[in-house]
Amino acid sequence: MKSLWRNSHDWRRLGWAVQRGKTIVQAPASLGSARGSSRPLRDEGSCVRKSQSRVVPRELYVSDARPGVPQVDRWRVCCTFHRRGYGSAPGDTQVYRDKRYAELKDADIMHFRQILGEKGVVTDRDDLDWANTDWMHKYRGHSQLLLRPQTTQQVSEILQYCHAGRLAVVPQGGNTGLVGGSVPVFDEVILNLGAMNKILSFDEASGILVCEAGCILETLDNYLKSRGHTMPLDLGAKGSCQIGGNVSTNAGGLRLLRYGSLHGNVLGLEVVLADGTVLDLLGTLRKDNTGYDLKQIFIGAEGTLGVVTKVSVLTPPKLASVNVGFLACEDYASCQKTFAEAKKQLGEILSAFEFLDRHSLEVVLKHLDGARDPLPDSKESFYLLVETTGSNQTHDKEKLDAFLESALEKELIKDGAVAQDISQAGSFWKIREGIAESTAKAGAVYKYDLALPLKDLYSLVEDMRERLRDSATVIGFGHMGDGNLHLSIVAPSYDDKFVSQIEPYVYERTAAVNGSVSAEHGLGFMKAKAIYYSKPPAAVQVMAGFKDLLDPNGILNPYKVLPIGREKLIQVVDAFENAVPLLLLWPTASVKTTKTFGTPNFEVTSFDQIRHRCRLSWT
Amino acid sequence: MKILVAVKRVIDYAVKIRVKPDKTGVEMNNVKMSMNPFCEIALEEALRIKEAGKASEVVVVSMGGPQCVETLRTGLAMGADSAIHVSTDTPLYPLAVAKLLCAVASREQPQILLLGKQAIDDDANQTGQMVAGLLQWPQATFASKVALGDKSDVTVEREVDGGLETLRLQLPAVITTDLRLNEPRYATLPNIMKAKKKKISSITPEELKVDIQPDFMILEVVEPAKRKGGVMVSSVDELVDKLKNEAHVI
Repeated sequence: MKSLWRNSHDWRRLGWAVQRGKTIVQAPASLGSARGSSRPLRDEGSCVRKSQSRVVPRELYVSDARPGVPQVDRWRVCCTFHRRGYGSAPGDTQVYRDKRYAELKDADIMHFRQILGEKGVVTDRDDLDWANTDWMHKYRGHSQLLLRPQTTQQVSEILQYCHAGRLAVVPQGGNTGLVGGSVPVFDEVILNLGAMNKILSFDEASGILVCEAGCILETLDNYLKSRGHTMPLDLGAKGSCQIGGNVSTNAGGLRLLRYGSLHGNVLGLEVVLADGTVLDLLGTLRKDNTGYDLKQIFIGAEGTLGVVTKVSVLTPPKLASVNVGFLACEDYASCQKTFAEAKKQLGEILSAFEFLDRHSLEVVLKHLDGARDPLPDSKESFYLLVETTGSNQTHDKEKLDAFLESALEKELIKDGAVAQDISQAGSFWKIREGIAESTAKAGAVYKYDLALPLKDLYSLVEDMRERLRDSATVIGFGHMGDGNLHLSIVAPSYDDKFVSQIEPYVYERTAAVNGSVSAEHGLGFMKAKAIYYSKPPAAVQVMAGFKDLLDPNGILNPYKVLPIGREKLIQVVDAFENAVPLLLLWPTASVKTTKTFGTPNFEVTSFDQIRHRCRLSWT
Repeated sequence: MKILVAVKRVIDYAVKIRVKPDKTGVEMNNVKMSMNPFCEIALEEALRIKEAGKASEVVVVSMGGPQCVETLRTGLAMGADSAIHVSTDTPLYPLAVAKLLCAVASREQPQILLLGKQAIDDDANQTGQMVAGLLQWPQATFASKVALGDKSDVTVEREVDGGLETLRLQLPAVITTDLRLNEPRYATLPNIMKAKKKKISSITPEELKVDIQPDFMILEVVEPAKRKGGVMVSSVDELVDKLKNEAHVI
């Protein structure tokens, strides 16, 4: 028998094996008594799916002690299986509304009207339509109320009320998220910060901008442009996305290579916690080592720990000399070498390095208005978009010319075009930024945002293409400079069965190379259960601890980000014939009692109660 | 057949310009400069004629300070064969440019002189017409279609206020290009590399024996007055009152 004890390095393999299962068997009702609560395990808050194979409940047994296996109290072991369905399927086919959240009543609406006035409360169905649907038209909520506060005080009062009344809230900004994190899953109240769009201050000497969370990114960029600065991030959605949302999702974008992530550029935040407490972390200091840096936990929390209401950003000066080149490469290996050369030769002026494959270019040329092929004569397989930003045009042009000449000589690039003026540069960028829009027009898109080691970046795309053949178009593009692949699969329509061909495979492949299943898009609703592919369970437990601390009632953006839910089923993995019956032991000394987290996932159960044999296959 | 294309280095079309605080001109320091869009279109047309086999050589010419060489390099990168830089630091206005072009054209002896219809910095729309007058060559301005004929002539479709006008001119001729003529190509890498080796010859106005002293002086450059918001009037009497006493139009 194989050793059951795996060290933390192998937990991913473990997780992968656990998550491979397709069969779920209902846990017996007696499980509920073990938890000491009166709630039956199987209620409307859980999902049940009948087993599809012939798994017969059998006596569970615990392996005997052997060298290397720590002795654990067999009664106190926590079985931490959680259902893993095709969680990324569109729609809410597998998640049920948590009954602990209150339903919206007229009295609530009246109270909100008192806080916000008539204009700040939207209940009209048609107006709510936009806020209820995500940008990709993949997820649709059923909220009946949209609130538009104008001050932090109003946000605080709203959240205080919702916390007391257990009303679930979805903080929303520009609603441009790609993982369904900005729209309600059921009837959560939408808290849209779009009305809080004032720019509070800008210090020209240091470049520190303080503004409210509802400011649109492009507006901020235009404001800064006239003052000689620029926002440190730039995304395709900049015309609609709001800075609060960018901060909450730790948006990456096109300039991460040059200016770094928001974790480094955000100097302060003002956050309203779930119970209405206003946490003023709005520093404008470049350095402040007093105590724990709390703002970092909110950056990237996707609105589940607090609602960001003000942001203080460090903005870099806007440098005049920008050069953009659109290069063609024969294969992915030469793209990698070109990137290495670019870093060496362009050095500090390199500001963006994007790649797209031939298929992406074709989709863009077909579906985007006004898109023009920069290199109509060359039919290469890969295209690179290289941008340099500097203060001295002559110096930059020399460096760029030297780099391009050497790359051409060494045959790393086969062809290329250099933009001669700003509108040409804009048209090159339009191609790269327009891929998302074009794929949306081309059909139903399944987007995967993966961070992978550079050498494995494209092999996944080729594998998917091989796997899906004619049923869908697979395109790969992304921020090569950051090791971030955007894998887009364009199918004729959204289909659950189709997802099963993509889903666990893509995540498993990513986990196998220690990559991230969500490089910059976040987990949202789409990947709420995929966190284990990239983070160890201990880390997720700490995250759940934070969630419990800052949002005990779980009202902020429920059903998203962390795999916290009320599904308490034991997952039985459909085993291969030669599977060795094993039991996953998970001694978690910290979870000794039956106390669960606010929205629990980790449960203490005892073996006696579990009457199934768990069979795992290890590969 | 040789084609001569005149190009101008201007502030990039996408840049938001600002007037200098001392009102002597527009802020030009640290601002992105590039080839005038209409000149790009003219050069593109010349290159297309050459690719169609009707011309043997395309020469670009630009006038001004040493930075003009960058614009000439762009022109060479797009595909021109050689470049001429008329080097001078005196500010050049349309008539001076026309005289210089006349001198250059007399030297180079092209069959077609292509220019952009106007420069986006001064919007003068004068150079092409003046140089045609000085050279005594036929001209077709605002060309939206150019077709070379067999008998040393060219048929040009012009965009005029009333619609489209088609002219047939005997070569040599001056043609100025309008926006809808073509879409300029991108400068591709192999061409950029080749451009480095192409010849840019430099010449001064003294050598061309042209007097380029301006006949006028720019006194002041100001921004247009900001548009004031409109006012809703409540009655005709009020409107008449405002027109009389505030706007002073009646």
